[in-house]
Amino acid sequence: MAAHETVFNPDDRYNAFLTVCRKAPHSDGKLAGIAVAVKDNISTQGIETTCASKILKGYIPPYDAHVVDLLKQSGAAIAGKTNMDEFGMGTTTENSAFGPTLNPCDTTRVPGGSSGGSAAAIAAGMVRMALGTDTGGSIRCPAAFCGIVGLKPTYGRVSRYGLIAYANSLEQIGPMAGTVSDVSLLMQVIAGYDRRDSTSYNKPYTHTPNPDIKGLTIGIPQEYFGAGVDPRVAEVTKRAIFRLEELGATALPCSIPSMEYALAAYYVTCTSEASSNLARFDGVRYGPAADTKKSWHDAYREVRRAGFGAEVRRRIMLGTFALSSGYYGKYYAKAQIARENVKKDFARIFSEVDVIAGPTMPTIAFKLGEKSDPLSMYLADILTVPVNLANIPAISVPCGKVDGMPVGLQIMGKPFEDERVVDVAFAYEQVAA
Amino acid sequence: MTDAQVIVGLEVHCQLDTQSKLFCGCSTDYRSDGPNTHVCPVCLGLPGSMPVLNKKAIEYAMRVAKALNCSVTDEAEFSRKNYFYPDLDKAYQITQYDKPLAKGGYVEIEADEGSGGKCVQITRIHVEEDPGRLVHMGNAERGRYSLVDYNRAGIPLIEIVSEPDMRSPKEARKFLNKLRATLEYLGVFDSEKEGSLRVDANISIAGSERVEVKNISSYKGVEKALTFEVTRQKNLLRRGRTVKRETRHFLEARGITQSARSKEQEHDYRYFPEPDLRPVNVQSWVAGIVLPELPDARRERFMAQYGCSANHARTLTGELRLANFYEHVVASGQKGLFTLAATWIADTLIGELNYRNMTIDTVQAAPFKKLLEHIQGDECTDKSGVEVLRVMLDTIKQGLPYETPLAILDRLNLRKVSVNITRPFAYGITLKSGVEPNPIMKALSEVLTEQPRAVEDFRKGKKEAFNFLIGHVMKKTRGRADPKELNRLLVEALKNREA
Repeated sequence: MAAHETVFNPDDRYNAFLTVCRKAPHSDGKLAGIAVAVKDNISTQGIETTCASKILKGYIPPYDAHVVDLLKQSGAAIAGKTNMDEFGMGTTTENSAFGPTLNPCDTTRVPGGSSGGSAAAIAAGMVRMALGTDTGGSIRCPAAFCGIVGLKPTYGRVSRYGLIAYANSLEQIGPMAGTVSDVSLLMQVIAGYDRRDSTSYNKPYTHTPNPDIKGLTIGIPQEYFGAGVDPRVAEVTKRAIFRLEELGATALPCSIPSMEYALAAYYVTCTSEASSNLARFDGVRYGPAADTKKSWHDAYREVRRAGFGAEVRRRIMLGTFALSSGYYGKYYAKAQIARENVKKDFARIFSEVDVIAGPTMPTIAFKLGEKSDPLSMYLADILTVPVNLANIPAISVPCGKVDGMPVGLQIMGKPFEDERVVDVAFAYEQVAA
Repeated sequence: MTDAQVIVGLEVHCQLDTQSKLFCGCSTDYRSDGPNTHVCPVCLGLPGSMPVLNKKAIEYAMRVAKALNCSVTDEAEFSRKNYFYPDLDKAYQITQYDKPLAKGGYVEIEADEGSGGKCVQITRIHVEEDPGRLVHMGNAERGRYSLVDYNRAGIPLIEIVSEPDMRSPKEARKFLNKLRATLEYLGVFDSEKEGSLRVDANISIAGSERVEVKNISSYKGVEKALTFEVTRQKNLLRRGRTVKRETRHFLEARGITQSARSKEQEHDYRYFPEPDLRPVNVQSWVAGIVLPELPDARRERFMAQYGCSANHARTLTGELRLANFYEHVVASGQKGLFTLAATWIADTLIGELNYRNMTIDTVQAAPFKKLLEHIQGDECTDKSGVEVLRVMLDTIKQGLPYETPLAILDRLNLRKVSVNITRPFAYGITLKSGVEPNPIMKALSEVLTEQPRAVEDFRKGKKEAFNFLIGHVMKKTRGRADPKELNRLLVEALKNREA
């Protein structure tokens, strides 16, 4: 299969990569010879995969994730593994155990997260495209902050087999690139059914972007332009939506009242699942070994305390608490109800509009170290998490700048209408260029 | 206190006998292979791997649910049971929690002391994955350590939970035997496989706290562990103490239970729905499941078709292999063989097998049938038949070449000896020299000479003396004499003596 070799020698001034594959073999196909970066929480056979965590340092997976299989089959060269917030837990890529990634647009700022390495690698021109993962905005946020395009597909459209789970019911692997066309091209390669992922659907993606959006209706939720959203970001986004109207689309105001509880529902769900997913990292089978002189109980405790970063430990503890007997009903069960309400709100709005649009992030990229308390950091996810709770597709496409920093326009679609959000983003990209 | 009511409920875990594991394609046939050879990213719980449900395991479990008269749920959901242990590679077990596969069935067993049948209610049935296995190595001087083998990780288990409906350790054993038979008849379980069964038992004395005994891994062990607990708990109460609500481990080798460390009892498993699996609509499958003949039906049939006694029928159908063996033996046989085979298998063969620690599947039906035919055809006595059977079993056990029952009879000189003289004593019992004496006649005359007191006792009217003399003749002839004929001969000989 590996008939050719791509020499890949990026000038990684931004700490975008954790592992660089300087000589990347590849075969023929749709992506022949294109260097594709892969986020470090996606398993790559023979290439260290750490999730940017010390606890997986030295772990070399014996198998490829389904999407990596597909990349290889289509001729892509795996360029390397990109930096991220540890296990995907963060909005800035500052939570990497191997140092933060810098934003190529302004190296005093964060690239967003958690797929910050993938976004920075594209923004800096090191690779044409990359894979990211999106649990609560982890593709769209760095795409917006770095001025590139990122798609979070409908849940189940891309196999998660080989994605090291953080929050299974929320996350999807998705394409990131400099242009909508490349995002669409990469989506063609990675989407489709995989029997090894029981939550995957048989919905291949064969679409080529079409900029004709005449007659399209766009819902504009008031919550996406209200309190907490930088008015300058809101303004840039509104102007972008106006451009879409000029192309023949109709904007309609709408409301997602369930957003009041979306953030809480999201954080309870993702931390609960994470507390269980991350329990396997105990030093017995991979990663830094447990001290076998100690009792297993003590050895586990030490390995986990030393191996996980502060944010990961915080989320494991939050999730453990939320699932505890006596609290399950108060937290996890309630969060699922709130999640259903978010889904219902989207279903209601989508009965009247084709897509929903708003800013991807409430602000431009933060300064490195700017957000120091967890709560204000969590609040930055408010515009991206509803999409994950509802399992719907959403894309972020650059739509202007504030203070010289890029702003992302977020287009959300009905379940399995990933093609439609790609088209709208493509239409905007054509007129903005 | 001795009459205090004993209350027992069981949680039975059985490995389902599927070809592949519950959530991956790895083979379940791991017992003769080295550690960690039947593993893949899924059953090793490697980061990024995902479970794919083995539909066969669900189908097997639904057969059980149907056979135990349970109602099957609409949608079966899997949950994660979270706890840390080195044999649990994901640090959670995929199991079922609030939406088990089936609920509310029953199993009929025989109650103690012949008070007829009784029903043990089944609370629920669910499917889950087996964890790996720890192997403890080293010793106190040079350090102890444990190795972990994940071959077993992901083997499908069915957990069957009963209501506390059993009233004695013996009833618990009966329940378990019935359950085993049913599962084997359904073709979903192989009780011969090592470690294929594990039982947790809840036991209390009415009015006291209940104790959970974990870790019982054999049929005999259940009765043993429970018997130990009954005694322990009754003794506590007799001494005016109270039974503590706790978890205890059964130490099979020592036949005792031991209090588990309190840490082990403080688990909060933090169950939540497994997000990597979709709920399974099982209700739509139930109708399509056709059950085979089950133990109760087969028992009835054995009584009707072969005229087996109730006891024989129960014993023979109590184990699938035994029932199959019986039917092989009597297949195309005459009616006379039915009862003979039932008696020989239920009363003799099982005991001889148990004594040798052998299982029924090592025995061929055809040679056994031949042996019965020799007995039926008056070629050997029952007693010689047992001898031949023992040789046959020893031969199998030692892996020696096969010998026909007839060859064994001849080799051991056990063919039935017949006197073939209508009235031997008409001529006296003096033997002419040069004539090869009939061995029975010879033994008889020797015994009469050697046991004058018994002969005298008999003459005085002591009936037991007759059997005593018969016994001695049998001993001398190594059981080859036909008892009926011998009786007649002895009666005549004694008459002659008196005369």
